[in-house]
Amino acid sequence: MKIEDALEIVSQTHPGMVRSHNEDSVTQELACGLVVLADGMGGYNAGEVASGIAVSVVATEICQRLQNASPTDRDEASGEELGVLVLRDNIQRANASIYHAAQSQPQYAGMGTTIVTGLFYDNRVVVGHVGDSRMYRLRGETLETITRDHSLLQEQIDGGMISIEDARLSRNKNLVTRAVGIDADVVPEIHVHDVLIGDIYLLCSDGLNDMVEDDDIQSTLYAMQGNLPLAAEQLIQTANDNGGRDNVSVILVKITGEFAVPRGWLARLLHWLKK
Amino acid sequence: MAAKLILSMDGVVIKEYPLSKERMTIGRKAHNDIVIDNLAVSGEHAAVVTILHDSFLEDMDSTNGLEVNGVPTKKHFLQNNDLVEIGKYKLKYVNDQAGQANPADFERTMVLRAPVKPTAPGAEKGETTSGAMKAQTPPATKPAAEALEQTGTHQPIAPAAKPAVQPAAQPANAQPAAAAPPATKTAVVQILTGPNAGKELELVKNLTTLGKPGVQVAVLTRRPHGYFITHVEGASHPTVNGTPLSDQPHQLNDRDVIELAGVKMEFYFKG
Repeated sequence: MKIEDALEIVSQTHPGMVRSHNEDSVTQELACGLVVLADGMGGYNAGEVASGIAVSVVATEICQRLQNASPTDRDEASGEELGVLVLRDNIQRANASIYHAAQSQPQYAGMGTTIVTGLFYDNRVVVGHVGDSRMYRLRGETLETITRDHSLLQEQIDGGMISIEDARLSRNKNLVTRAVGIDADVVPEIHVHDVLIGDIYLLCSDGLNDMVEDDDIQSTLYAMQGNLPLAAEQLIQTANDNGGRDNVSVILVKITGEFAVPRGWLARLLHWLKK
Repeated sequence: MAAKLILSMDGVVIKEYPLSKERMTIGRKAHNDIVIDNLAVSGEHAAVVTILHDSFLEDMDSTNGLEVNGVPTKKHFLQNNDLVEIGKYKLKYVNDQAGQANPADFERTMVLRAPVKPTAPGAEKGETTSGAMKAQTPPATKPAAEALEQTGTHQPIAPAAKPAVQPAAQPANAQPAAAAPPATKTAVVQILTGPNAGKELELVKNLTTLGKPGVQVAVLTRRPHGYFITHVEGASHPTVNGTPLSDQPHQLNDRDVIELAGVKMEFYFKG
């Protein structure tokens, strides 16, 4: 099945109830199986400039690179899969673009952004992230976070200093330990997961998960899995009903079919002929 | 302003201690940051570890222990107005920082970074310009926290991005929320027809699903201004008092009758 027929994607973004402008950026490229979400920070409109650069660099470059190559190809030098490689490279490329813009334009000094991105191919998803924007997976009735925040709070949780329940009360929620565009280099965290038909992947900015408990995210996704646009709207509405203190963005990706890359020589040939 | 502990005994304030260090110790011996010279207090009784805006209280294996808000405890994440008791002494934890600062400012995302390589000349220039945006560097709490740079400021500028979601709340909100339940009332759905007739379902969760995923689903959502029913999926839309629902959420009033997949049920407030 072609990737276009195997994925259903919806995205929504909202400034929230308190902030006057939206520094989140989202994009989806169904044809290359890519979704990207970024939550910018910086003075004036620098936050949305940073998140905008991140999202457009990652989306444009990856889709272009994959036009003439399969994400399952191996890179000869590193032995890594192209899908993994392009994700890492282009998050770093976005980092360089934002960093240079921030260095050369005083009004953009210090701007940066989080990013979370998923590249779906061959019945898998490569997830890359920097900062505290998250990816969740709903499989069956179980909602799990498949990214770990790069934040002070997560470090404290990992270090056993604070329990997960107490973490909700923390006043240090807004401190990220990694961001795109702040330094000359960034190390994105990249993982590969197998996907199953029926899985729903949720990418979100912290405006969602700070305002809405995971249990409520789970019940919304589970109840509304048959109507993704409504689910996205409901998640944003719940965040806003609970105060909407930050911009809130969600991308939902539902796996509706198989999208394995053909492997046998005959299958490859047929696939090639179809192109 | 930093959080502080206010030491008192028998309702008389003895002294205020700002939590200005990463680690403040409490005990009878003179080397402690907060000295309580009383035999019921151990030499080193407890410590308060402060990480930016959060403070944690720990018992240091004291003989007589600690109580926070009347509960004996070994370790506690301090919240504003917590009362710590050590023998006859009381320490009140005050951290109203969120109340003082503009809450929006307070929640700006910031980047904590380890001091990286020496900054390039260009970078220095950049940093000088951004000087105004830098946050006060708090006492270093851990290597990663050695440099704290605030990069988020949210100036009130006209919205750059149009709200992508129509806040569905607005139209529904406009009508005086007659159905908005007083906090004490529980909303209930009672099934009127079919094999489960007579069954009551209390709407205690924020979202209650009616029907079966993949076949016919509607959800009941609890919102600040009342309860709403929304059609999610299925061939036919449910009806409320005989009128089919649109794709928008519909606010429920007391005694509304819902019909979903041939089953009638009544929505009402109990108590």
